[in-house]
Amino acid sequence: MADVMKLQFEVNDGDFTRAGETSSKVKKTLTQLGFSPIVIRKVAIAMYEGEINMVIHANGGTIDVEIYSEKILIVMQDKGPGIADIEKAMQAGFSTADSKVRELGFGAGMGLPNMKKYSDEMEITTEIGKGTCVKLTINVKE
Amino acid sequence: MTVNEIAKKLNLTFYAGEEIAEKLAKGCYIGDLLSLAMSKVTAENVWITIQTNMNVVAVASLVEAACVIVADGCIPDEKTIEKAKEQDVILLGGEISAFEAAVALSEMGI
Repeated sequence: MADVMKLQFEVNDGDFTRAGETSSKVKKTLTQLGFSPIVIRKVAIAMYEGEINMVIHANGGTIDVEIYSEKILIVMQDKGPGIADIEKAMQAGFSTADSKVRELGFGAGMGLPNMKKYSDEMEITTEIGKGTCVKLTINVKE
Repeated sequence: MTVNEIAKKLNLTFYAGEEIAEKLAKGCYIGDLLSLAMSKVTAENVWITIQTNMNVVAVASLVEAACVIVADGCIPDEKTIEKAKEQDVILLGGEISAFEAAVALSEMGI
């Protein structure tokens, strides 16, 4: 495996003002490293959805990003309530978000489906009362 | 077509980014669900929405929209305007409806 760059970010609970900052930083780094716009777009969208989920549902958490020449690995570990039914959560349109969140334009039940759509591999591990970990891999070669 | 030309034609107010509005725009997406907008808006698109919160700026910046038009007389929050200035996102607004804006943009060849 080629050179690796590791980044770690904290995502704060309920902090909508900063949601998107992590994805934005990673996007900048990937741009500087010369990754293709398609790869960068996939990473930015998948990560932003993850960030928003952590802010809305999961009391915040940490995001680790590992950048390799052939893939980008994103690990989002939250401190939330866990997902009771992953299959249901993966259905487009299913959401447990409240009306306040919906008014902001979120909570349409597209977070996890978008993360799946924009990544090449997605793995969710969750424990009720403890949290959820979403691992995304985005391959660099199309 | 530049964002400046669009702003003039549609009689829009600049909330942020007037100094970078010579940027080119092509294509348009209309929508208020951020997850959907994020996957549909592509680089250089005009994005028309009635969302006024700062997450609009985060999405526009991530997908590299040419500009955001806040339609129907909705006014972006102060924090949204601040963030748009910080992130070089062009934020416009006006009384125009999304439909009227889309028709005008289409006539302009966007």
